[in-house]
Amino acid sequence: MATVETADTAVAEESGVRRRDFINIAAVSFAGAGAVATVFPLVNQMNPSADVLALASIEVDISAIEAGQAIKTSWRKQPIFIRNLTAEEITEANAVDVAELRDPETLAERTTAGKENWLITLGVCTHLGCVPLGAAQGEIKGEFGGYFCPCHGSHYDTAARIRKGPAPANLEVPEHEFLSDTVVKIG
Amino acid sequence: MSFPWAKEYTPTTDFGQWMDKQLPLPRFVYNSLGAGYPAPRNLNYMWNFGSMAGLFLVIQIITGIILAMHYAANANIAFDSVEHIMRDVNSGWMIRYAHANGASFFFIAIYLHIGRGLFYGSYKAPREMLWLLGVVIYLLAMATAFMGYVLPWGQMSFWGAKVITGLFEAIPLVGKPIQELLLGGFAPDNAALNRFFSLHYLLPFVIAGVIIMHIWALHIPGSNNPTGVDVKGPQDTVPFHPYYTAKDGWTIGLVLIFFTAMMFFLPNALGHADNYIPANPLSTPAHIVPEWYFWPWYAILRAFTFDFLFIPAKLLGVLAMFSAILVWFFLPWLDKSPVRSGLFRPKFKIFFGILVIDVLVLGYCGGAPAEEPFVMISQLASAYYFAHFLIILPLLSRLEKPEPLPNSITESVTGKPLNTAS
Repeated sequence: MATVETADTAVAEESGVRRRDFINIAAVSFAGAGAVATVFPLVNQMNPSADVLALASIEVDISAIEAGQAIKTSWRKQPIFIRNLTAEEITEANAVDVAELRDPETLAERTTAGKENWLITLGVCTHLGCVPLGAAQGEIKGEFGGYFCPCHGSHYDTAARIRKGPAPANLEVPEHEFLSDTVVKIG
Repeated sequence: MSFPWAKEYTPTTDFGQWMDKQLPLPRFVYNSLGAGYPAPRNLNYMWNFGSMAGLFLVIQIITGIILAMHYAANANIAFDSVEHIMRDVNSGWMIRYAHANGASFFFIAIYLHIGRGLFYGSYKAPREMLWLLGVVIYLLAMATAFMGYVLPWGQMSFWGAKVITGLFEAIPLVGKPIQELLLGGFAPDNAALNRFFSLHYLLPFVIAGVIIMHIWALHIPGSNNPTGVDVKGPQDTVPFHPYYTAKDGWTIGLVLIFFTAMMFFLPNALGHADNYIPANPLSTPAHIVPEWYFWPWYAILRAFTFDFLFIPAKLLGVLAMFSAILVWFFLPWLDKSPVRSGLFRPKFKIFFGILVIDVLVLGYCGGAPAEEPFVMISQLASAYYFAHFLIILPLLSRLEKPEPLPNSITESVTGKPLNTAS
């Protein structure tokens, strides 16, 4: 032992670092890296599991929705509004000056080309997550003829864009794709 | 607490001094696990299993809390929810296998820890309370492990629950009502599963509480050591940190290699295939045994196949099984030999070796089918087990002539008399 100690001291005098310091730092770093690698799966387990993700996309038959009507369906445990806009509603939405909107988006940007009458949005108010009114027959559609959230009074227009009230953004348009003229895949 | 030469905690930073005045938690840690806790300088590797058991308790609590996020304690869906953990939850399979094998590793550590105490006489004065608390921890750990094994609600879970609660039925007169009280029904079902889950979540924290008392009781006399000779001065001790933190860290690193190897390559080696069949109250698996860590006690339970006087065999087996562990509570007063360490007790050393073999034989029989020759072997081994504690130890402490003890720990380490060793 004595000789090793002497050797260590000699190194320490030259560089100020002993071999034992290096071993100490290396061991603790290795343990630290191991701990981080262990924590990852322990946190990642809280992410959506495979069975939840398996239900992440749905197909909806929209053949029965007449112009001016809307349906509510459920996607990822959240309400979805699918609305067949009338010609007047489309005109009304396109007449708005986009630059003046809180969340500037045109109707065309929120729908699929050639199928501008199909407005598909989440039925989740962007303020605090209530379900806005206006999809079902007879519900209040708000001052702009789209949706109205009764929780805190957010008004959405016929393109489901925020026009008045506390909500910060338009109703979210989920990723969707028309598989045929009558079937849309959401998610 | 601790020895007079223990290093005093002196915070160097302003924050450290402020903290020390308001909540001396760093001082507490320093004095219990840091440089402020002097431990005997001659502790061998058998002294590493306490911290290892602690590590596995922490692993069990962390993985258990995670599993509880995904598990459903309902008899209709419990089994499926475990399969959901295995197949759907991100890394769920790994976390479940860590939990299942972690229980085994916890018991491996605990058994070596108990064996260390038995051989080196760590249960003797002034550490009786330390020993008693350890036995309590062991009993709580067994209850926790048993209830945890019921939760997957497979065939072994169900029949394990039925058999173990059936033990209470052996109690005269009130046995049947007690079993129904424990199960909340006439056989294990939703009520039993729910209460087992509730208690399985609670008991590890009770264990953690008793461990705090266990460590508290340890830190008053300080650790025993391989010579069993009391610490006599500063030359007999080294600071816990860095000496024993580093040594414990080394074995923890080593055991984690075995643990992960088990988790990844042999995850079901210690389990039973029958537990992947959903619980079926109408069909008992052909070969029903508990987990390996219960085998010695299970062998004692099954060894009693005969009625004795007016006591039926069933009750005898149950009494013997519980007594096999309860006898540990009396151990400090059964072994009156003033010499702690088995190293200096030539005859005790031999009988201790026989006891270890005896418990291994019991363990083997406990895992074997209940047929000859295992029943006969279990009976002989059970008889020896009790004889060791109730007859051999008390007699040995009177009859045995111990070898001379070293004058001090330092002398035993350096081979030099105390006054010349620094």
